[in-house]
Amino acid sequence: MEIPYTSKARPDTGLINAKLGIWLFLASEVMLFGALFSSYILLRVGAVEWPHHVLDVPLATVNTAVLITSSITMVMSWASLMMKEFKKYKIYMGATILLGFVFLTIKYFEYSHHFAIGEIPSKSTFFAIYFTMTGLHMLHVIGGMIVNSYFWGPGSKMWKTEPERFTNRIEVAGLYWHFVDLVWIFLFPVLYLL
Amino acid sequence: MEGNHSHGHELGFWRKYVFSQDHKVIGIQYGFTSLLFLLFGFTLMMIMRWQLAYPGQPIPIIGSWLGEDRAPQGIMLPEFYNQLGAMHGTIMVFLGIVPLAVGAFGNYVMPLQIGAPDMAFPKLNMMSYWVYFMGGVTMLTSFVMPGGAANSGWTSYPPLSDIATIGQTVWLIGMVFLITSSLLGSVNFIVTIIQLRAKGLTFMRLPFFVWAQFVTSFLLLLAFPPLEAAGVLQLMDRLAGTSFFLPSGLVVTGQPLNVSGGGSPLLWQHLFWFLAHPEVYVLILPAMGIVAEVIANNTRKPLWGYKSMVYAAIFLGFMSFIVWAHHMFMTGMGTIISTFFQTTTMIISIPSIIILTALFISLWGGSIRFTTPMLFALAFLPMFGIGGLTGLPLGLSATDIPLHDTYYVIGHFHYVVAPGTIFALFAGIYYWFPKLTGRKMNETLGRIHFFGSFVCMNAIFMPMFIVGLAGVSRRLWDGGAQYAHAQPVLHWNEFMSHGAWALGVFQIFFIVNLFWSIRKGKKVEENYWHATTLEWATPTPPPHGNFITPPEVFRPPYEYSVPGAKKDYTPQNQPMEA
Repeated sequence: MEIPYTSKARPDTGLINAKLGIWLFLASEVMLFGALFSSYILLRVGAVEWPHHVLDVPLATVNTAVLITSSITMVMSWASLMMKEFKKYKIYMGATILLGFVFLTIKYFEYSHHFAIGEIPSKSTFFAIYFTMTGLHMLHVIGGMIVNSYFWGPGSKMWKTEPERFTNRIEVAGLYWHFVDLVWIFLFPVLYLL
Repeated sequence: MEGNHSHGHELGFWRKYVFSQDHKVIGIQYGFTSLLFLLFGFTLMMIMRWQLAYPGQPIPIIGSWLGEDRAPQGIMLPEFYNQLGAMHGTIMVFLGIVPLAVGAFGNYVMPLQIGAPDMAFPKLNMMSYWVYFMGGVTMLTSFVMPGGAANSGWTSYPPLSDIATIGQTVWLIGMVFLITSSLLGSVNFIVTIIQLRAKGLTFMRLPFFVWAQFVTSFLLLLAFPPLEAAGVLQLMDRLAGTSFFLPSGLVVTGQPLNVSGGGSPLLWQHLFWFLAHPEVYVLILPAMGIVAEVIANNTRKPLWGYKSMVYAAIFLGFMSFIVWAHHMFMTGMGTIISTFFQTTTMIISIPSIIILTALFISLWGGSIRFTTPMLFALAFLPMFGIGGLTGLPLGLSATDIPLHDTYYVIGHFHYVVAPGTIFALFAGIYYWFPKLTGRKMNETLGRIHFFGSFVCMNAIFMPMFIVGLAGVSRRLWDGGAQYAHAQPVLHWNEFMSHGAWALGVFQIFFIVNLFWSIRKGKKVEENYWHATTLEWATPTPPPHGNFITPPEVFRPPYEYSVPGAKKDYTPQNQPMEA
């Protein structure tokens, strides 16, 4: 049994199944992070005082640059497949995964610094929401890296058998990765700058 | 099935029946699991009803099994009553009705009705069942935790839930599983309906059941994540010591609570009801879908106002996202916000009334066949009507004040969900049983089941309005025995409890009928109900991959009694005559 429209778009909707699926998934993710941002606003509005300048802005700026770069390499890896250059795909996808690691490493130093000086989630509402939101975002980064590593390694065998479907998969994984990037673009100013 | 060449190789037992990717097997798995949970949740209620009818007396038979920390000498402890209350609500809603209405019926029937070979993502479909299963197991294990299961009500309001026993943590983890499952499921449903419709099956030719599942999936997709967020925040409160929902200066048993404070218990209520109001429509929309199918088929008429029903369902879906705070009139939000939410609440009653009215008018002039599914579907209409109309005083902020958190509320939403949705689900089981098995369920047993359940449901829930109007609060361990204002209505407790136990007895007829009919039921033809929709155009039971040749659709869903047609039904896949 074959499920239709896994690699060719359905003519009247112009979509493949996976692309519609990922957009719907991202819609639900918007609601998830939307609820957390709303909680942030409600808690901050109700707070007596709100700490400023306790987070490391330069490190977070570097991390923002790292994630944006990784989004670019993600697009390049998909574009390489569109141009049938599998070797370039491997390089760009590998770079995306590595940049993910760089992001996590920087985040690790940030976290361990806070923990060392007793700034743990239970210290204040600010640290509670900071660790919850960045922690959940980090889980999303790790999830994306696992998917990307699969498509870089064992999953890339599909390029030989079904190149079109594989390209679509990278596009879908890319949509998710850009979303994770976008969440950080909101987290950075909200938590670090405002 | 001969002639089904797409089914290349036989799958082993595990792949075929346990870790199956076939939407029909998954639908049946969902069906049996959720029916078991329904029975379990109902049993919890039957135990609670003993305590309400005869407070302080030892529970007969099972009282001695419950153990010293739940019911010493068979007498129920208040703590255990609270656990039963919280878990009854949680299990009925999240493990019973939604998985049955969406997971089972949606999974089995929807792909057949749209002429699809399977769901768009079969592996995801399998995963969503097993994640649901794990969520269910997690919820069940919470009963054996120290301090027992969650006991802060199905709404889990903090600060109480933040400082409750470990059962609450298990409840939250279980909810995360269930939310993940419904998320995977809803993505799958929407993609399947948009992408895998058969040739010629335009959106306005979809059976109303498919529309109902479509809107329901959007509600699940977009309303559940905020509860997931809320669940994560409450987990942080409980495990990492944060204070998202704990205000400053909280005193517990005489001691100031050692937390940073600064949180807001209201935040939880907003996040919770942002899910839980759309959830109400998740419970009712699939039921309306099933009832619409059964009524069209058994009146032998097209549905009256099909298009307005569809538009009403979509409008209902949108509106359900902006009514949530009508559960919170008593929190002191302020009159302006209350006015906004009471207005949207009044507006959302309009689409429900449109759908209900259209179904009523559909009966007009029909040649009604009073089959068992039709009886349940017919009973759904006035029962849901009572449930809906009694909701109006709760939706207005002024009249809500005396009724809030009384038995009136319990009566109201149980009329919607129990004789409403559950009757519709029974209608669905009796109606689609011949599709699953090639046999039909016994009519006599079905009628006993119906009439018994119908009388008992009303015996349980109608007195709740009386008790509630007298002002009896909903979560009292003794049913109000220690309150003076409850004394004049206290005698109803015994009556309601007898109704509940009798309802339990009548379900035995259903259980016997179900299992007996699977093996020994009367064999029937493939399109037994002479229905028009596509699920009856497959062999019975449908093979893996469903249709032998991909179907093509030529007409609207309910072409019954078309003047000039040879039969009183014209299937959707029958070509137009030249």
